[in-house]
Amino acid sequence: MTMLGKVLVANRGEIARRVFASCAKLGIGTVAVYSDADAEAPHATEADVAVRLPGSAAAQTYLRADLLLAAAHASGADAIHPGYGFLSENAEFAAAVADAGLCWIGPDAKAIAAMGSKVEAKRIMAEAGVPVLTELDPEQVTEADLPLLVKASAGGGGRGMRVVRDRAGLAEALALARTEAESAFGDGTVFCEPYLENGRHIEVQVLADGHGTVLALGERECSIQRRHQKVLEEAPSPLVERTDGMRERLCTAARAAAEAIGYLGAGTVEFLADDQGRFYFLEMNTRLQVEHPVTECVTGLDLVDWQLRIAEGARLGPEPPPIRGHAIEVRLYAEDPAADYAPQSGTLHAFTIPGVDSEFAVPPNQGLRLDAGVRAGSVVGVHYDPMLAKLICRAPNRTEAARRLANACERASIHGLRTNRDQLVQVLRDPDFLAGNTDTAFLGTHEVNAPLATPETVRYAALAAALAEAAAQRSDDPVLGALPSGWRNVPSVPQHRAYRHGGTEVEVAYRLTRSGLHAEGYEQVRLCTAGEHEVVLEISGLRTVFRIGHFAEQNGPEQNGPGLLGVDSALGSVSLVPVPRFTEPGADLLPGSLLAETPGTVVRLAVSTSDKVKAGDPLLWLEAMKMQHQIRAPHDGTVAELRVTEGDQVDMGMTLAVVVPEGESE
Amino acid sequence: MTVLKSGVDTESAEFLANAEAMRNKLAELDAEHAKALAGGGEKYLERHRKRGKLLARERIELLLDREAPFLELSPLAAWGTDYTVGASVVTGIGVVSGVECLIVANDPTVKGGASNPHSLRKSLRAAEIAKCNRLPLINLVESGGADLPTQKDIFIPGGATFRNLTQLSAEGIPTISLVFGNSTAGGAYLPGMSDHVVMIAERSKVFLGGPPLVKMATGEESDDESLGGAEMHARTSGLADYLATDESDAIRIGRDIVSRLNWHKRGPEPVASVPPRFAEEELLGIVPPDLKMPFDPRDVLARLVDGSEFDEFKPLYGTSLVTGWARLHGYPVGVLANSRGVLFSEESQKATQFIQLANQSDTPLLFLHNTTGYMVGKEYEQGGIIKHGAMMINAVSNSKVPHLSVLMGSSYGAGHYGMCGRAYDPRFLFAWPSAKSAVMGPAQLAGVLSIVARAAAQARGAEYREEDDAAMRAAVEAQIEAESLPIFLSGMLYDDGVIDPRDTRTVLGLCLSAIHNAPVAGARFDGAGFGVFRM
Repeated sequence: MTMLGKVLVANRGEIARRVFASCAKLGIGTVAVYSDADAEAPHATEADVAVRLPGSAAAQTYLRADLLLAAAHASGADAIHPGYGFLSENAEFAAAVADAGLCWIGPDAKAIAAMGSKVEAKRIMAEAGVPVLTELDPEQVTEADLPLLVKASAGGGGRGMRVVRDRAGLAEALALARTEAESAFGDGTVFCEPYLENGRHIEVQVLADGHGTVLALGERECSIQRRHQKVLEEAPSPLVERTDGMRERLCTAARAAAEAIGYLGAGTVEFLADDQGRFYFLEMNTRLQVEHPVTECVTGLDLVDWQLRIAEGARLGPEPPPIRGHAIEVRLYAEDPAADYAPQSGTLHAFTIPGVDSEFAVPPNQGLRLDAGVRAGSVVGVHYDPMLAKLICRAPNRTEAARRLANACERASIHGLRTNRDQLVQVLRDPDFLAGNTDTAFLGTHEVNAPLATPETVRYAALAAALAEAAAQRSDDPVLGALPSGWRNVPSVPQHRAYRHGGTEVEVAYRLTRSGLHAEGYEQVRLCTAGEHEVVLEISGLRTVFRIGHFAEQNGPEQNGPGLLGVDSALGSVSLVPVPRFTEPGADLLPGSLLAETPGTVVRLAVSTSDKVKAGDPLLWLEAMKMQHQIRAPHDGTVAELRVTEGDQVDMGMTLAVVVPEGESE
Repeated sequence: MTVLKSGVDTESAEFLANAEAMRNKLAELDAEHAKALAGGGEKYLERHRKRGKLLARERIELLLDREAPFLELSPLAAWGTDYTVGASVVTGIGVVSGVECLIVANDPTVKGGASNPHSLRKSLRAAEIAKCNRLPLINLVESGGADLPTQKDIFIPGGATFRNLTQLSAEGIPTISLVFGNSTAGGAYLPGMSDHVVMIAERSKVFLGGPPLVKMATGEESDDESLGGAEMHARTSGLADYLATDESDAIRIGRDIVSRLNWHKRGPEPVASVPPRFAEEELLGIVPPDLKMPFDPRDVLARLVDGSEFDEFKPLYGTSLVTGWARLHGYPVGVLANSRGVLFSEESQKATQFIQLANQSDTPLLFLHNTTGYMVGKEYEQGGIIKHGAMMINAVSNSKVPHLSVLMGSSYGAGHYGMCGRAYDPRFLFAWPSAKSAVMGPAQLAGVLSIVARAAAQARGAEYREEDDAAMRAAVEAQIEAESLPIFLSGMLYDDGVIDPRDTRTVLGLCLSAIHNAPVAGARFDGAGFGVFRM
């Protein structure tokens, strides 16, 4: 029996914080590692000590076994917890950790290696009596075998995975999957197996100690996925619940799988199941899963706590705890589901989830748990996974869990980045989902991508934002600040404010008078109170509180732009970008515009419109004060516009030409 | 500090009737203001908009800081004349880039923004306000120049417009012209005399003589752009400092100019203020429609001054005039308010002493008018009412602290003078819709005329017919009544506007703040003369 003193988590974000939370409860010291991009990240600031990994790309930082080991030595850590992703299923790293005399929190390198190759894993499982899908030889594939799935043997997280629906596309899919697998995992091995079109993703959490006990802690269903990445996970599975004997068969198979490789610690055996309850081994994840909290919530166990104890040599009890109630987890991603799940980057200005009962720990019976890797103000970069947080609800039954979770997501104040929040809420309220009819194609076959905020909600939010801005403005005014806002003795024109919401612009025209608010098109609204951060409106007799966050700058192409307003109310959460009152000259310039840096005369043109140019090519000459200034192409591209001709007088700041960079269309 | 108690019964029939009468007068006032807002009428508004131009008030709104208050001045100028109410120009005080400015905007929908004698008086009044309160002046110019048929009333006095501009500049008060359209002939000196000039490409037109005049004068063929276009002035003549792309851009530049003025107010800062303890809404029901019925100005003060706190000076002496100290939006004020209409010798002496004290402590004065004038009669003449009234008028005239006047009710006779009427140069003077001002009450005036006429008839031995007398009295009474009403007087520029009584605190707060752009100092002997005379 060893006693752990200090654990280094070779990971970032919420999982690092999750491990630190359990360490803290056990009185074990914590060591974080952080890349430059994560210098201010919560995981890096809340560990006892933190070690910098210079650089930001994963390959320079969290994937550098040598730096991680050096960090462990430098900090005096005696164990390394790998989290998930990064090096968590890297057998070489597990071995190196052990060789360095440190404790590896996870199964041994042999078990990792055995499960790391999917081809090898399937063979072992088949031998152990676990049902597997027959592997298809790409050379022998017939129409009857379609659709099929090409998978990377070393894969995970959906990368290197391709669905093939016609034979003609097989070769290309294989090639693409190989390339992707090679670059993602350093191993280009791929294989094919039948693709269950409406399959359900069911997995079993196992926990194995070093004394021969393997517990199967029930199943999780993770069928709601986008691009083979899980979005929503729950325990127990509605399919398993309604299929007699399925849980026993699953647990037996999972234990057999773990025993077959002499597994140690927490792991997950993943299966693909059909509606009849038949299931097939997919892979075994030899680490803690992202979705482990749902199992914790229905079993009451702290899986990280058990990982640490098992590493210290503790014994599991003979029987798993009973499954109580229902738990659902949703993953909040910084991504835009409407734009093919494009990851979003920038500053997360607001991040508040109402009604959270616990963080990184099992909440009370009816409770909400938050495992977040970010906080308000966090900058989300492009280097890592765009998952921001997981929100888990534990309730006596599935419908209650879904209702509470949907409400919490809807009420969450999240501003600054686009997220999949709206989609999560709609999934949780979808009748098919509530009926337990989930399969891996769910997101593609259900209408869950509409924005939650209706145009009406956006309009009310804009009014609240305008009134909050007005209040803020008044309190900042250096003179006459105590006089009534916008007071006029002879009123003529109302106050105007306009906001952009997505692609639309909402204009608010309002006047505050002795008799209250007068706003065009808002006749049913009565103003109760208006402050910088809170506006209370009575809308058709219903009093509604709007909370308003004012954030300095907007993300994306409009850095240092006009700011961002986050408006949250029971009607929904709306982010608004104020439209500036005045347009600064040059603000409406086309990208690639060349401006005259001096007033002068155009003496010669070297190009004409739609000419292709190379960076540095002269476009025209300007003469000013007897000097000739050459205007050159700033980059390779096409002359989209030429706004001058020879002999033209030009002003400073005038646009002379626009060169659209290569590969960009107008 | 003494907190005023105010026993106004807001449920009483009297209060409700008073409020009803005031609301009716406010509705009339709104209707007159609406005429000013309508400018040159729908047709001309439409034509102006079709040219992609903003209306005068829209330009002002865009120029002002968001949510900042704006006090429009003399909105009823030219009321009761053949000219459009408002006199084709909008003037007022507003906040631009955190600086209180005096804004003057031509209304080009009214006869092309041409200046008539009333426009001139209104603009000159605005310039006067800018000068004595040290407010940067912003001209939003688009005017066809003088209304030529009335040139005799404009040309000679109008010269002051340009002289004022440069004299403001000489006093360190910035002048800014944003030229939205025509500013030709004499109008060219508006930008010409301004410290900062913004012109708008293809819009601004500033020249002494247009193409026809030039052709007549010298035979030269020319066009608008080369004679006075914005591009030309920005590039060639240098009359324009900034070339804006459009109206909104010009206003943006104007705001930027103000933000770079490095403006500092020279008066003392106000202290934090609290609202009155009584509702401003109740100001509607205090003044009775029949001004013969007196009302207690303390009921007004309780709804006007900070925290309803008022420390009365000499409360037991000369009780027909209430004097005392208060704060309004954090600014100290000395208040003189008529209580029972008539000013006797005691009231006059009390006022004189009080005005001297305010000058000793650099405290601005607020005059709340409801006076029928100085007392007449043998006893009072013999008691020296002329001397004492003169004393008060002397004090008011030579007081150096800023004065504010509000006509709540009557403001008759020399009482109007003693209470700092228009001719005594209060920094601002406003009237409530309930006010009346004339040499004396209409009935009294008619009666006096009747007595004089009867005496004249008797002297001539002629017959004095009673029905003629009644008809004359009725006609005179009606005429004087009409000419003592605030809307009429406002049309004559004898006040700076008729205001809703409920707005009084806001209006005075705004004026006090504007006033404090200039230093506030009383007429003190400072060791060179006498002490305050005890009266």
